[in-house]
Amino acid sequence: MKNPITGLSKVFESRIRLGVMSVLMVNEEVNFNDLKEILEVTDGNLATHLVNLEENGFIKVHKGFIGKKTNTTYSVTKSGEKAFTDHITALENMIKGVK
Amino acid sequence: MDVKLFATSIWAKKVFGDMEKAYLLCDSKYFFMHEPNQQTDSLQDLKDIRRIMERSSRFISLSGLSGVAAGVCALAGAFISYSILDNYYGEYNSSGFFSGDDFSRLKIKLLVVAASVFVVAFASSYYFTWRKASKQGLPLWDHTSKRLAWNMLVPLATGGAFIVGMLRYDIWAFVAPASLIFYGLALVNASKYTLSEIRYLGYCEIVLGLINIFFVGYGLWFWAIGFGILHIIYGISMWTKYERK
Repeated sequence: MKNPITGLSKVFESRIRLGVMSVLMVNEEVNFNDLKEILEVTDGNLATHLVNLEENGFIKVHKGFIGKKTNTTYSVTKSGEKAFTDHITALENMIKGVK
Repeated sequence: MDVKLFATSIWAKKVFGDMEKAYLLCDSKYFFMHEPNQQTDSLQDLKDIRRIMERSSRFISLSGLSGVAAGVCALAGAFISYSILDNYYGEYNSSGFFSGDDFSRLKIKLLVVAASVFVVAFASSYYFTWRKASKQGLPLWDHTSKRLAWNMLVPLATGGAFIVGMLRYDIWAFVAPASLIFYGLALVNASKYTLSEIRYLGYCEIVLGLINIFFVGYGLWFWAIGFGILHIIYGISMWTKYERK
């Protein structure tokens, strides 16, 4: 019997990290404030999860400027894309598997 | 997890002396303990992912009622313009001539009608979309609406400049077809950034504009159909699909 949870990633056990990835999968580049607004989380909370995703190599960080204000944007990496797709497939399998 | 599984299997092997049985035991035990909970969890996860993806990539607060409002304004504007023109040509027929003064007054009148239709249509569409956004608890001016506005603006501004260019050569005949066509292109482009059904409204506007090229002089009628009736049909169908409870 094939284990249906192969592909589930520990990283995505957090709702916020899963949310960040969902946003980045459909948007080329998203900045910090937009992410905060979409996911309705606090600065510190979001920052911690972003660092975690970056350390796992799932997202790329670009530091830029708009005028003098910093504008940090995030985008998904190839390996992040793969991990996310695998995760979704696993979730789907779990739902299908039991029916 | 793997380590735990391995440890259990070793333990099981000791007890049962049979690897296959041991795995079976682990598997079934694992599932028995986690399955119901994890299934609802993963369903919820997938729903969340879908919602976030949609919300973050498209402006979904666009209300069908905005379309209806814009359509009603356009029809009213077309009716007013029609009666102004009717009145003007009626006078022309009875007096037998018309002065340059009369003509420029007519132009100003029509321009005022057009501008007020635009303002009222924009304001009322804005209101209904604002209402829908606040009901959903979503921001009206976020990166999705900015992106939508920009992607609509590119074809619209191009069309506007093109029409102004034609008017410099006093070519009035193609104002209506050009505005319908460019508006249609703007909608098709916009469909990637908001409710995707708006694409079909765009196709209809383009086709209508192209037909209009062969019926020059009936621009007002085509405008009334394109900006009035089509908006109302689109608005009602979007409203029944997404907003009616």
